Amino acid sequence: MSDITKKSLSELVKDIKDKKLSSEEVTKAFIERSEKSKELNVYITEDYASALDKAKKFDQKPNLDLKLPGIPMAVKDLFCTKDIKTTAGSKILSNFVPTYESTVTQNIWNEGAILLGKLNCDEFAMGSSNETSFFGNVQNPIDKNLVPGGSSGGSASAVAAQLTPITIGTDTGGSIRQPASFTGTVGLKPTYGSCSRYGIVAFASSLDQAGPMAQNVKDCALLQEVISTFDSKDSTSIDFKRNDYSKKLTNNIKGKKIGIPKEYRIDDMPKEIEELWQNGIQYVKDCGAEIIDISLPHTSYALPTYYIVAPAEASSNLARYDGVKYGFRAKGENLIDMYEKTRSEGFGAEVQRRIMIGTYVLSSGYYDAYYLKAQKVRKLIKNDFDEVYKKVDAILTPSTPSSAFKIGEKKDDPVSMYLNDIFTVPVNLAGLPGISIPAGHDVKGYPLGLQIIGKAFDEQNILNIAYAMEEKIAFKNKITDWWIK
Amino acid sequence: MSIDLKTIKHISKLSRISVEEQKAEKLAGDLNSIFDFIEKLNELKTENVEPLTSIAETTLKLRSDEVKSKNIREQIIKNSPQDNEDYFVVPKVIE
Repeated sequence: MSDITKKSLSELVKDIKDKKLSSEEVTKAFIERSEKSKELNVYITEDYASALDKAKKFDQKPNLDLKLPGIPMAVKDLFCTKDIKTTAGSKILSNFVPTYESTVTQNIWNEGAILLGKLNCDEFAMGSSNETSFFGNVQNPIDKNLVPGGSSGGSASAVAAQLTPITIGTDTGGSIRQPASFTGTVGLKPTYGSCSRYGIVAFASSLDQAGPMAQNVKDCALLQEVISTFDSKDSTSIDFKRNDYSKKLTNNIKGKKIGIPKEYRIDDMPKEIEELWQNGIQYVKDCGAEIIDISLPHTSYALPTYYIVAPAEASSNLARYDGVKYGFRAKGENLIDMYEKTRSEGFGAEVQRRIMIGTYVLSSGYYDAYYLKAQKVRKLIKNDFDEVYKKVDAILTPSTPSSAFKIGEKKDDPVSMYLNDIFTVPVNLAGLPGISIPAGHDVKGYPLGLQIIGKAFDEQNILNIAYAMEEKIAFKNKITDWWIK
Repeated sequence: MSIDLKTIKHISKLSRISVEEQKAEKLAGDLNSIFDFIEKLNELKTENVEPLTSIAETTLKLRSDEVKSKNIREQIIKNSPQDNEDYFVVPKVIE
């Protein structure tokens, strides 16, 4: 097997710029490895022939000033790609071919990258194990029959298995950071308003954010600077000064104040995660940062709040799937019957559950008791962060309360599945940036991640802390290529 | 609180998702366990808290009211499950 796919994005960019490798060679290498990796089921749609054509065209007239010159990459199948099927992991969109391109993917192509294909994910990004996808489970390359996490499970597995040098996911409650943690990769959920939501299949609009996933912090920073742009097509896109994150990346975090929230020390947390956290604290201390104990008193209310706000927004967003304008349509005896059968046959069980929860909490007589209450608690959660950020520059926590679990293990217990996102959800509710970096292994050899949460628009700071920690941790993913055919 | 089969029927109608009778019981069980979990919020007193209505503390930008997409009828119709090239087609609604 070629060594090309073992290289990081930064190495590939350098090799292409130095003319040591052509885009065609690189693209071919990732396609060949992807074709031998069908057992992982990471792709929903492959676009290899067209990728090779684009690579050859790039090589004929290479523009080496671009940030991603001729770099092949696959993206989560939640981003609309013009003329290429975009399913959101759902039967109801299984035949949907967008006539427009999402802003985030357009930014990537504008910098010279080439689409390899569309990656598997939980249906409408609702899930923490990739088991809700209409297109089947995704295998975690770490071990057989292990979930990759979710909802960006295909994206995380594809990066960990080196089928794409980098990718993008979306994160509504942890959907980038949790799978990054489960697969030993790096995933950044940017500040709300940093990356345009235009052309991303909507789940919960006040929480959804696109973000980069990569093998290391530097690659993650480079991709973040490409995808984060102000966009007038997204009314919640925010016009702030964006950095060249990769150029300004530094491991000098001397004097940074890093908060350790006591509420994240939950009951029943495995000892190895507590140890991982303590090691992380030691690493940032070794880098000259100052550790400050903090309190985020409303942490335990974040998940219940999320499971009102997110389904409420989802029930409204997913009302558009009616079998009329696009997507799957079931036969019905009349218009209403057609709607009801289309949605019943087109959506999977978890999506139906969430639409129903959302419909209920927004319905007459229950709105104040549930939705309004949740919005008030969301305010308290945000206030907690505002308060601690008067004292600290960033917050260090575990990314997840456990390592990856087996396929099927939590599928029939929605609440136990939801608990996976206990450390990631508060970040979305407060609109903050958070990054998960691989920080160690459990006894089974499965990766575990640490999360660094930043102030709004302070991506550079958490990338720097992650960069400094990465150097100290020197994490190596234990991957044996067991799936290669 | 408890979600019974009558409530399931009501929510199913509101959300335009038909639920077969044999699945309704399981669904009610799932929703009840989720609502038990959500009830935790009632521990908090929130009378004097302003609800969070927007995460970004900026006012929405206004743009000029111009037509930017022209002649895209074909694109809009392209993905419809049934159409007559000019319109979306739905089952008959007027007798």
